Amino acid sequence: MSPEKAQAYWKENISMIIKLLVVWFLVSFGCGILFINELNTIEISGVKLGFWFAQQGAIYVFVILIFVYVKVMSGIDEKYGVHE
Amino acid sequence: MELQTLIYLFVGISFAIYIGIALWAKAGSTKDFYVAGGGVHPVANGMATAADWMSAASFISMAGIIAFKGSDASAYLMGWTGGYVLLAMLLAPYLRKFGKFTVPDFVGDRYYSDVARLVAVIGVIFVSFTYVAGQMRGVGIVFSRFLQVDVNTGVMIGMAIVFFYSVLGGMKGITYTQVAQYVVMIFAYTIPAIFLSLQVTDTFLPQLGIFGQTTVAFNDGVKIIPEGTYLLHALDSAISDLGFGNYTEPTNLWNMFMLTTALMLGTAGLPHVIVRFFTVPTVKDARVSAGWALVFIAIMYTSASAVAAFSRVNLIKNVQNVEYSAFVNGEAKHADGTPNHGKWFQTWEQGGLLAWNDRNGDGKIQYASGPAFDGKGGKPVFDGDKRAEDGHKLTTNAKGAPDEAELAKGNGIANELYVDNDIMVLANPEIANLPNWVIALIAAGGLAAALSTAAGLLLVIASAISHDLMGQVIFKDKITGKSTLNEKTELMWARISAIVAIVIAGYLGINPPGFVAQVVAFAFGLAAAAFFPTIILGVFDKRMNKEGAIAGILVGLFFTFGYIVYFVFMGGKPENYLFGINPTGIGTIGTLLHLIVAIVVSRMTPPPPQEIQDLVERIRIPSGAGQALDH
Repeated sequence: MSPEKAQAYWKENISMIIKLLVVWFLVSFGCGILFINELNTIEISGVKLGFWFAQQGAIYVFVILIFVYVKVMSGIDEKYGVHE
Repeated sequence: MELQTLIYLFVGISFAIYIGIALWAKAGSTKDFYVAGGGVHPVANGMATAADWMSAASFISMAGIIAFKGSDASAYLMGWTGGYVLLAMLLAPYLRKFGKFTVPDFVGDRYYSDVARLVAVIGVIFVSFTYVAGQMRGVGIVFSRFLQVDVNTGVMIGMAIVFFYSVLGGMKGITYTQVAQYVVMIFAYTIPAIFLSLQVTDTFLPQLGIFGQTTVAFNDGVKIIPEGTYLLHALDSAISDLGFGNYTEPTNLWNMFMLTTALMLGTAGLPHVIVRFFTVPTVKDARVSAGWALVFIAIMYTSASAVAAFSRVNLIKNVQNVEYSAFVNGEAKHADGTPNHGKWFQTWEQGGLLAWNDRNGDGKIQYASGPAFDGKGGKPVFDGDKRAEDGHKLTTNAKGAPDEAELAKGNGIANELYVDNDIMVLANPEIANLPNWVIALIAAGGLAAALSTAAGLLLVIASAISHDLMGQVIFKDKITGKSTLNEKTELMWARISAIVAIVIAGYLGINPPGFVAQVVAFAFGLAAAAFFPTIILGVFDKRMNKEGAIAGILVGLFFTFGYIVYFVFMGGKPENYLFGINPTGIGTIGTLLHLIVAIVVSRMTPPPPQEIQDLVERIRIPSGAGQALDH
């Protein structure tokens, strides 16, 4: 693979990781900690929303994030012909 | 069937399965021993990783901590799962492409330095041993409670089992045993959770049970909480009646933030977790495998958040104002009038995890906030095995009659009960009167959790010694830079190191240094501060050199270690905490320091040689991992 192509591949990889990690940060540190008190004013069946994010919601989003990463990354690998 | 017979049956069957797998998956080469031949299916690896990861602490203690700390304990749930996102995106694929066997392998090769390798070896051994000692202790506790043998005998039996499959099978044996252990563990955790969820809220899935409404009215000692109240409303209302803080509102967001970060980074820096991603065939498999690992972990962790709430409600419901004699005679009743065979109270008293002090002399148990004993953290000190006339276990530090202030705080109720965090998961099925086979299942699950983690850690220690220390440092050929050990000798050394590691771990389990339990929690901060930045920078910063890496590791490790030692073991006062950060969360600052020092030092020293920069280029691209380098 040419150095330019390798660099473009790496750039695309990084920009995707950053996007996904922003979501990762928002659901855990954002919803579960920094804005927990604001979200806790919303309540569904006795469960405060911020509390739910911190105890369950963030975990579900983490799982989804990894599988999105796997899927998009496989696409990028194929585009650059570096898949196995 | 009798409870004890069932327990022997369940534990016996699960052990027979583990041993059978060990015989089937015998390691023939060092590659088998260190990374299971590199041919594990990603879903199987995900399960094995989950079992490896979820220790006795996750299985036994976590729901208990959440039950007593509520919202603040969310840091454990998010921290111990969020790290897998970092692993999947920032570490696992690149380390798999790098394609060797261990974390010190990567550090030593990427930073072209045996000093760096040695520092990494020491870090791995240090982090893993503190962790493993706690596991062996967990094995001992489960054995002694459920198999009615002495704790030390329990540790010996545990050692023998782990010895069998880790020494024979290495990573290969461990991986396939862990798959079986995961299955045992997850059934053992979710089945009681489903039972509790049905019992408390009439909802099948525990994850949805927290949205449910209580099925029966119960008396918290101050007022009756009617049937049909939302579960978390009932819980908040009951515990605030009894003088505890709110369950669903956090109290210290700053420390929650720091602890969550330290646990996430530590998860991604723990050597026994990282090494799992060396065992799959391709880079894509490494990514997928991290996803599956998190799925399998999430099933248990999301159940834990629900189990915590159910068990706290159950505890209040089943002990508040119940006469102690009713527990002894087996006449205790549930709120709905069904009998509660209260033998569990005396059984757990026997193990020292539960204690009662009848401070108001009414013969009934009262539960509220505040200590009932004078020990540190309200812990009782038992007067040997002596019991009072009414049958309760005697202590030497029972607090006297409650004063006005205490009664006012608990609305007229002063606490008479000591409940250890650890019994919420183990004792709850008994408290809730679940069928005997469910209780037996919990015993097998607790053992699976402790044994699987212990085996994974022991393997990492063994390979750090035989592969990194002996192969790459001591027996290294000065001219070719290759190990002079042949395959067979190195495999022999690997087995010998595993045996030695098991013996040391067993010794620590039988004679635990007083601080083991605390140190386990700190292993995360240390792992984060020692490894996380160096590995990430090794992949993402081509300019990072050996000077930066070594300086970073040392600063991160010593700062974190020093802070913990000063504040936890040398009597440092909480008011002197740096920015008010609790020692459990200090790994976050250690990691940050490591990162800054590494970058600054690397920019002031020469760049790494060209072949290292080429190595980084190669690691970044997935293709070609199939033909991983063999030594």
